[in-house]
Amino acid sequence: MPTFADLEKGAEIGSRQIPVTRADLVAYAGASGDFNPIHWNERFATEVGLPGVIAHGMFTMGAAVQLVTDWVGDAGAIVDYQTRFSKPVPVPDAQDAASPATGGNVITVAGKVGALHEESQTARIDLTVTAPDTDGKDQKVLMKAQALVKL
Amino acid sequence: MAINQDIVGRIYPPAGTYTVGREKIREFAAAVKAESALHFDVEAAQAAGYADLIAPPTFAIILAQKADAALIQDSEAGIDFSRVVHAEQRFTHHRPIVAGDELLTELHVDSVRVMGAGAMLTTREEIMTLNGEAVATCISSLLVRAED
Repeated sequence: MPTFADLEKGAEIGSRQIPVTRADLVAYAGASGDFNPIHWNERFATEVGLPGVIAHGMFTMGAAVQLVTDWVGDAGAIVDYQTRFSKPVPVPDAQDAASPATGGNVITVAGKVGALHEESQTARIDLTVTAPDTDGKDQKVLMKAQALVKL
Repeated sequence: MAINQDIVGRIYPPAGTYTVGREKIREFAAAVKAESALHFDVEAAQAAGYADLIAPPTFAIILAQKADAALIQDSEAGIDFSRVVHAEQRFTHHRPIVAGDELLTELHVDSVRVMGAGAMLTTREEIMTLNGEAVATCISSLLVRAED
C-alpha cells in the first residue's frame, strides 16, 4: 500500500486495458439495474442516433477506478470519485460466426498523482480513459476522472 | 413536453429500504471487472477491518438510479427518459458501503439549467442508514435532449 510521504505529484500509478464485449454490458445491466436498450439493442441504439450499442458510462467509470483500487489495495480508501462522460464507447457485436462473448472494444486507463493534500493526507489520482471510436480513432471517453484516496 | 423548472429544490423521500447483499456486491464487483478480495472474500474484508464485504466505489449508483426513477416517473417533472444522457457523476463516500447495510436514499433536485431546447438536470442522492448516519452523497447530471 502506498504511503502519503512517498508520493510525488505527477507520479504514474500504472495503466491497464479493459476489454468490453456485449456480454459484459448484459452483465453490467443486470448488476446495476440499468436496462436502457442503447446498451444492448442495435436497432434501438441506431434509431436514437448512436453509431450502435454503446457501453454504460457507469460501466466505464466503474471499471476505470479498479486501477486505483488495486494500487491502494483497499476500495474503502477511495473517498470521492467523479467524472464527466465525454464520448461514448462503441461496443460492436462479435464478427460473423464468432462466439457472442467476443468482439467489442478495449478501454485504456492510465493514472497519475494529480494533487497531494497534506492536511487530509489524501492524494488525487487523475485517470486518463480512452477507447477507439467507430473509425478506430482513440477518444477520451471520460474527462476530469478524478479519485480522491485517503492514505 | 419540456422539463418543469419548478421541480428545483424538491426533495423526494426514500421509497424504501435497500438492503446491501453480499451476492449483489460480488455481482456488481465482477460486472465492473474488480478483482480486489475485499469485494468477494468476507475473511479478507474482515482482516482489513470491515464488518463484511465492502462495495466498489461506484456501487451507490444502484441506489442513486433507483431514486432517480421516482423523479423520472413523476409526470409533473416532464422528463422523457428516452432522451436522457448521463453527463456527469460524482460519489462522495462518508464511509464505505458494507454488506448488511440497510440504507435509505433521499433525492434532491439541485438544479435545472436550460441549454438551448434541452436542459441539464442535476440531482443529489443522499444515502444514509436507518439511524440517519450519512453514508454517501451522489451527484448526477443528466442531459435531457431536446425533441428533434
